[in-house]
Amino acid sequence: MNDDGTVKRSALPAIFNPEDLNALELALQIKDKFGGHITVITMGLPAASEILRDSLFRGADVAILLTDRRCAASDTLATSYILSCAVKKTDYDIVLCGRQAIDGDTAQVGPQLAEKLGVTQITYVEELTELEGKTITARRNIGNGWQQVKAALPVLLTVTGDANEPRVAAARKMMKYKNALAPIEVEQKIKAENPDADEADIKELVAHKCSKLEDKGLLIKQWDLDAIETDLNWCGQSGSPTKVHRIQSVVLAAKETKQIEPSEEAIADMIHELIEDKIIA
Amino acid sequence: MIDVNRKGEVWIFAEQHNGQLEDTPIELISKGRHLADTLGVKLAAAVLGDGVKDLATKLIHYGADKAYIAEHPMLGTYQTNSYAKVMYDLIHKHKPQIVLYGATIAGRDLAPRIASATKAGLTADCTDLQIGDHTTVKDKKLHKNLLFQIRPAFGGNIIATIINHDRWPQMATVREGVMPMPEPDVKRKGKIIEEKVQLAQGDLPLEILQEHKRPKKVDLKASRIIVAGGAGVGSKDNFKLIWDLANCLGAAPAATRAAVDLGFIDHDHQVGQTGTTVRPSLYIAVGISGAIQHQAGMSQSQKIVAINNDPEAPIFGIAHYKIIGDLNDVVPTMIKTIKEKAIK
Repeated sequence: MNDDGTVKRSALPAIFNPEDLNALELALQIKDKFGGHITVITMGLPAASEILRDSLFRGADVAILLTDRRCAASDTLATSYILSCAVKKTDYDIVLCGRQAIDGDTAQVGPQLAEKLGVTQITYVEELTELEGKTITARRNIGNGWQQVKAALPVLLTVTGDANEPRVAAARKMMKYKNALAPIEVEQKIKAENPDADEADIKELVAHKCSKLEDKGLLIKQWDLDAIETDLNWCGQSGSPTKVHRIQSVVLAAKETKQIEPSEEAIADMIHELIEDKIIA
Repeated sequence: MIDVNRKGEVWIFAEQHNGQLEDTPIELISKGRHLADTLGVKLAAAVLGDGVKDLATKLIHYGADKAYIAEHPMLGTYQTNSYAKVMYDLIHKHKPQIVLYGATIAGRDLAPRIASATKAGLTADCTDLQIGDHTTVKDKKLHKNLLFQIRPAFGGNIIATIINHDRWPQMATVREGVMPMPEPDVKRKGKIIEEKVQLAQGDLPLEILQEHKRPKKVDLKASRIIVAGGAGVGSKDNFKLIWDLANCLGAAPAATRAAVDLGFIDHDHQVGQTGTTVRPSLYIAVGISGAIQHQAGMSQSQKIVAINNDPEAPIFGIAHYKIIGDLNDVVPTMIKTIKEKAIK
């Protein structure tokens, strides 16, 4: 945790959020069946490039790393605003998101992003049943059953873990994209390899390496908040209405704990006591 | 953005489907009542639908002071855009300081859309709500009587209290079963306000082709005894132990999220922050370590029996009876003992 109670992201490994993998898989299935072009966008620290490479291994066409220190401490509202600015820079018909992240479990970014883009949202998608011309039909979970809905594109879907079984990385693509890098990773690498070089030299080396990667189609696109023309008031801390008041470690405790030996006799006594106390009828 | 209105009411979104109120808005009334009384403001329910006027009286009986009724043929079936638009208009007009939603599928679909439109804060899946003061770190400014939005946070046994002090309204979703159901008082009187609804065809972007509802596989909330298994049970086959123990006690079988994710049992059986919140007389936790997200859903059980081979398992901290041992021995012994007692 940081001092302000927000999560210290740098201390965590970048992982592919499970339901985002389901969203990517659904995108790949759409591409397989109907054609199309898949762009994967992630907002995070440079280490998030790992997820982008993984997306390329699985079949995504373009990967974009959205990284900027000014994104730090963004809550779901600020995150969805920043993502909306990035998505608006692309040409899209369908935006797919995982239903929720496994850390916060809020399931808020999808609907908030849909509102910011002004597109129809279909949440809790379990299956894409039809895509014809400019209309989409999908089956969504409604808790106690399902609902089949039809909407005109563009739409935003949030995809649940039940939607599909994400495919594994393709060996051929892995060979191709294992060396794909984002500019910030290139810079980190060159700095590590040339500890004595001055800034100008580093800059030149980075530019050179990036253009080489780009020629080979191995440069992961990298955007900062300026590149996507955000209003900084709506990003990071200032764009986040929710603040952490307090974080507490909790030790919930029973008033009285009885230890029961795992013996037949002790267990029988416990059952007897529960019956006496009318806990078991 | 909505102006900060410290005299604003406390609102609950009264989710209904086909004229039937969900349980969550009624549960929210009990907490909302307390918040409104602490702030000295009115508690109001916002009811959206078609032909839902009689729900207003019901909500008042449960403890609301007011009900805002927004009726329109286009609100007959829940849809994100139409409901979000009407709620947005109502919030703009009446400027409540707090708006609470059930963390149901519809609530989790709707609340973030409204939060985005109003540029307000929203905290998901709160397990408690309180009123309190907050001093901002930077300028040491005191903000009195804010909504404390309390929820388990990830990364261990941590509870986070979230606030918003500069954006209105303060909004949160609350899981079903977290707050107790109040008793209705049929003599209670309140004010029913009918609102004008303005909707256009574009506000219904979805065409609902088909809907299929199935009854829940298990009603955990209504069960007096629950036998729950965790990842420690090991396999779907071995989960039969949980079913057997549940059967001989007339109990409902349940599970942790980990066990559900491993495919041991259907999600309907999940207890915890992202499952059902339960408060049975007896909760038997088998092979459950006791993550805070799970404890959030069962810690209010009257008696808790925990069986785990790890003496350090956090579940033991809240258990009334702790059995350190192999569940594969302990559970069959329990089944045998219970069957013998039943014969006597």
